[in-house]
Amino acid sequence: MNLHEYQAKTLLQKYGIPVPRGQVVTVAKDTAAATTEITSDAWVVKAQIHAGGRGKAGGVKLVKSTSEAQAVVSELLGKTLVTYQNAPDGQLVNQVLIEETLPIARELYLSMLVDRTLEHVVIIASSAGGMDIEEIAQTSPEKILEEVCDPLNGVVDFQARNLAFKLDLVGDQISAFTKILKGLYRLFKENDLALLEINPLVVTAEGKLFALDCKMSIDDNALYRQKALAEQRDWSQEDSKEAVAHHAGLNYIALNGNIGCMVNGAGLAMATMDLIKLHGGTPANFLDVGGGATAETVTKAFKIILADNNVKAILVNIFGGIMRCDIIAEGIITAVKDVGMQIPVIVRLEGTNVDLGKQMLQTSGLNIISANGLTDAALQAVNAVRSDASKNGAVAA
Amino acid sequence: MSILVNKNTKVLCQGFTGKQGTFHSEQALAYGTKMVGGVTPGKGGMSHLGLPVFNTMRDAVRTTGATASVIYVPPAFAADSILEACDAGIDLIICITEGIPVLDMLNVKAALKANGTKLIGPNCPGVITPDECKIGIMPGSIHMRGKVGIVSRSGTLTYEAVHQTTALNLGQSTCVGIGGDPIKGLNFIECLQMFEADSETEAIIMVGEIGGSDEEAAAEYIKSHVTKPVAAYIAGQTAPAGKRMGHAGAIISGGSGKAVDKIRALELAGAVVASSPAGLGEAVLAAINSKNA
Repeated sequence: MNLHEYQAKTLLQKYGIPVPRGQVVTVAKDTAAATTEITSDAWVVKAQIHAGGRGKAGGVKLVKSTSEAQAVVSELLGKTLVTYQNAPDGQLVNQVLIEETLPIARELYLSMLVDRTLEHVVIIASSAGGMDIEEIAQTSPEKILEEVCDPLNGVVDFQARNLAFKLDLVGDQISAFTKILKGLYRLFKENDLALLEINPLVVTAEGKLFALDCKMSIDDNALYRQKALAEQRDWSQEDSKEAVAHHAGLNYIALNGNIGCMVNGAGLAMATMDLIKLHGGTPANFLDVGGGATAETVTKAFKIILADNNVKAILVNIFGGIMRCDIIAEGIITAVKDVGMQIPVIVRLEGTNVDLGKQMLQTSGLNIISANGLTDAALQAVNAVRSDASKNGAVAA
Repeated sequence: MSILVNKNTKVLCQGFTGKQGTFHSEQALAYGTKMVGGVTPGKGGMSHLGLPVFNTMRDAVRTTGATASVIYVPPAFAADSILEACDAGIDLIICITEGIPVLDMLNVKAALKANGTKLIGPNCPGVITPDECKIGIMPGSIHMRGKVGIVSRSGTLTYEAVHQTTALNLGQSTCVGIGGDPIKGLNFIECLQMFEADSETEAIIMVGEIGGSDEEAAAEYIKSHVTKPVAAYIAGQTAPAGKRMGHAGAIISGGSGKAVDKIRALELAGAVVASSPAGLGEAVLAAINSKNA
């Protein structure tokens, strides 16, 4: 789960990490109150969306007067901002953050994440702030600095000094940087973060450090114990079908194709998408119904798949495992009836009592095609979509 | 031979009297697994499925002499259960639980390393040596004792590999589901190493997926250390970047963790990579034939 910049900055402040003075505005008429409160020669108005590249997309603007600020806030609020990261759909701007401007001398990069190879929390820093870390990694990998945090000791002072000296920080900046790193580590651990990125961390003309922009993601597995953060989730930033699926307890990701997929197991669900592609079709989604595959979950899954108007056929791929195929077949038949399915459903079952399960599907009298194996299932689904297209073509002609 | 578990492995179950623990322990007992008891705090002294229930892992291990433990407790308590098994001196811990916070796993891994304890999972189907010992949630009936060692990040894709190698009469020596989490116990390399050393294993199937670089590391290992034929499959070629595909570890981030890079690395290492999940059986046959040629 991702946080907005303004939410992340509230957390930073709580842990003693300096951020520019700012206020969140959700209605344009509050702009004047914000610019009055935040005394500054000029302000930065920043659209709050869960995507990078806001600056280039016109989502971050410098304003020099309250009236200018009001115009920008009015323009941004309610706008769908499209950046290179969320194209083509873009994301809705529901809040803007109005901040003071700072005299920036230098821009640094700082992040903290769980490195899955090292199996430790790792700090990454660079003097090339303001650029994407992937970009720095490509253009100047020698500028990427790393420190690995021991779970017992966390961030130790010497590690902060190692980084600070390489970043050419001087004097009081070194202790300020150390304090920031220690605060960030505490924040990371106490809030179950998966990623924390401050880009840029600026050094002002007076030599002070400030987190100018910040991204935070929280480990989804830890949301049960991070209730306050979980409540801050902004569903408007996520695909609406994915949000509905999430609330129904299903693992669904929308894609651009026309063959809906319902599979048990994440690995098999990905493999099913790949299989459709391999045989010339395009998957409409990823959907893992889990081990149960009961009539109730299958019905929910069908409804979510069918909410996508592009879907012209559904491929159900279930490896029965311990659950018997006849019970799964019964669930599928019930669900197909329940949702009033109008498009063909191709079912591949495998596991205990598979023959009985297939027979039940075939004799159901419904628009269900029982496939013989994985490849056959994919081919049948691709053919079903093709014949649908040619039928529609004939009607149009 | 086999790897990790056999007919003599004494197994405990943590979360024994719960719904999952009960169901899968019944299945394991029916399969012939040497289950020797379980732990549910507060229910010590009871008998469940004809086996003793203990309050603590220390009591359970001291009384039964178990060396393996399988965990079916909810994610909020799973890290505690792994640490308890580790403290009690268990050699092999199998954690089925999905959804353990990553930061919990970092601490767990540090403790396991200090004790030299092996962990399979979390978020995995478990481990099985056909006809001898089934620990986990996989359907026992699809397995056949034989010569292919299987290691996989995905549960249901492991079943596909099992199903196909059974259909081809190759059978399996041991199947290890290492799980779909980013921070986990045994990884590909440790399993490849054990399969390479195991006299019964004649060929290996490894099933990977997008996210991380474990498959690339495994490919390097195969190139320099594995003489047995290896077939592979990587799931997620059509997965979009930046999205978590069901498994916590299955995500392409910052341009790394792509299926295409993993496939290329494995092919360069001499593995036969199946283009379809339906082709795992044929791929391992092709790998065996090319080594024999």
